[in-house]
Amino acid sequence: MNRFRKEFRLSGSGGQGLIVAGIILAKAASNEGYKVTQTQSFGPEARGGSSRTDVVISNNEIYFPEAQSFDYLIALTQEACDKYLFDLKEDGLLLIDSNYVKNLSMTVNNIVEVDFSDITIEKLGTALPMNIVTLSCIVKLSNLISEKALERAIKEIMKPSIHEINIKAMKLGFELSEQAKMMQ
Amino acid sequence: MTKKEEKMNVPTEKNEPHTQLLQGNEAVALGALAAGVNFFGGYPITPSTEVAEYLSEELPKVGGKYIMLEDEIAGMCSVIGASLAGAKAMTATSGPGFSLMQEAIGYAKQAEVPCVVVNVMRSGPSTGLPTKPSQGDIQQARWGSHGDAPAIVLYPHTVREAFDLTVRAFNLSEKYRTCVTLLLDEVLGHMREAVVLPDPSTLRIINRLKPSVPPEWYKHYEENQKYPTPLASYGEGYRFHVTGLAHDSLGFPTNKSSEVAVMMNRLKKKIIHNIRDLVQIETFKMDNAKIAVFAAGICARSAKSAVNQARFDGIPVGLLRPLTIWPFPDDAAKKMLRDVDVVIVPELNEGQMCREIERLKMDPKSKLISLTKVDGEIITPAEILRVIREVN
Repeated sequence: MNRFRKEFRLSGSGGQGLIVAGIILAKAASNEGYKVTQTQSFGPEARGGSSRTDVVISNNEIYFPEAQSFDYLIALTQEACDKYLFDLKEDGLLLIDSNYVKNLSMTVNNIVEVDFSDITIEKLGTALPMNIVTLSCIVKLSNLISEKALERAIKEIMKPSIHEINIKAMKLGFELSEQAKMMQ
Repeated sequence: MTKKEEKMNVPTEKNEPHTQLLQGNEAVALGALAAGVNFFGGYPITPSTEVAEYLSEELPKVGGKYIMLEDEIAGMCSVIGASLAGAKAMTATSGPGFSLMQEAIGYAKQAEVPCVVVNVMRSGPSTGLPTKPSQGDIQQARWGSHGDAPAIVLYPHTVREAFDLTVRAFNLSEKYRTCVTLLLDEVLGHMREAVVLPDPSTLRIINRLKPSVPPEWYKHYEENQKYPTPLASYGEGYRFHVTGLAHDSLGFPTNKSSEVAVMMNRLKKKIIHNIRDLVQIETFKMDNAKIAVFAAGICARSAKSAVNQARFDGIPVGLLRPLTIWPFPDDAAKKMLRDVDVVIVPELNEGQMCREIERLKMDPKSKLISLTKVDGEIITPAEILRVIREVN
């Protein structure tokens, strides 16, 4: 059996919900039967400041738990994109919010560039579930985790009162991934 | 994605049905509950807060008590009081709180009060970097309190091990009637991993010996050949005195050198007569190794990854990892120093563990390399691999 190790980095600023998204991704991977680690790095602030979470998914024991060269990178601020883009694998996938990230310091082969924040507000009436929209989009494109496993993870991690909106956000993320695929 | 790739991504073995996604700090809280903790007193501090948070919810459900006090000093003192009243007691903190607790930790060791202190280390000195990792408290965990206090300090490197070593910390504290420290790296405290916890009914849980003599015969500190003397709890009809001063077998202060010698000797014997029971190490790919990495906690995970890669490249390198860092695994470290030509010690401090290896190094020709990092980031496998390649 081939060993495989896939590295996700979800980066942006504190308050965007990236760490929760990372926990959901890890939970979904665990639901799918993978070995998984989720680590996080953030400043002392509750909002603002840089924030990132790494999820490593493998079919083998994971020793080093942080992501070093990413297969999947979500960057929701220009700062995060500038900081981490060079560590994206050559065939890695970059997902950015075009409202926040305007410049790319490197050409990227696989990129999803959508104004996630605007679309989320337009379709769901609030920008809050943007973390789930972006996560669902990248999960769909990664082909590692089934829709069912992700949905289960969202329900397991989040409190029931916000299930409905986040499941909608998940479906929106899946739709956007279809569009992204067509663009590619 | 092609068919072939899809196939490749099937997990080798499905996770067992009881797999949970657990954070290191949650695993500590669950381990404590499995060991029978029924008192937590402390003051929440990043990056250990989740231990307190989890227990504040769970302890009342099992009839335990959770108290948040005004500071860490009061927190540690409440733990001592609770334990003397019969509770399995613990606290959790980080560097700044650990510093404040040192006086009371020394008291617990001197007065031989079983309890557990969890220190999820963050960068120092002082308040340092609250959310960043460090291994800067390794020597403090040994020498933080004044006087020759005994130290039992455990150090896990995975979420599952955080659970196991928490149970073990309680067991050792009850067995040896002392304060046991569990050190955790910030990364591990906050990290989530898919783990399967053992069935609680399969765990070996140790509870303190209770006196079997009538109250009037009870001595709070009686010389016992192997294990510490039975421990009565306040409120059970036994009368005893507890003090941080040097004391006699009834617990009353004494200046007699003969009685002080007995007391100090007992504290020392707890450790040196029980090294085999206390010290746990893991050897990883040490067969025929000419280079050894000596690492604990999160650095050991980076080291395992580096060792795997180096072995793949044909470099004879292995890892020695202490699960118990105090008492220090002198025998295993000496054997390692005899067996290999070079020892590399990666750690997130300015060489606190490396100086212990230096202390044990007999052969002036054997080479010791200290790889340190104190900028709030962890040492990567590539950084260790670079050193391995340089010395090969």
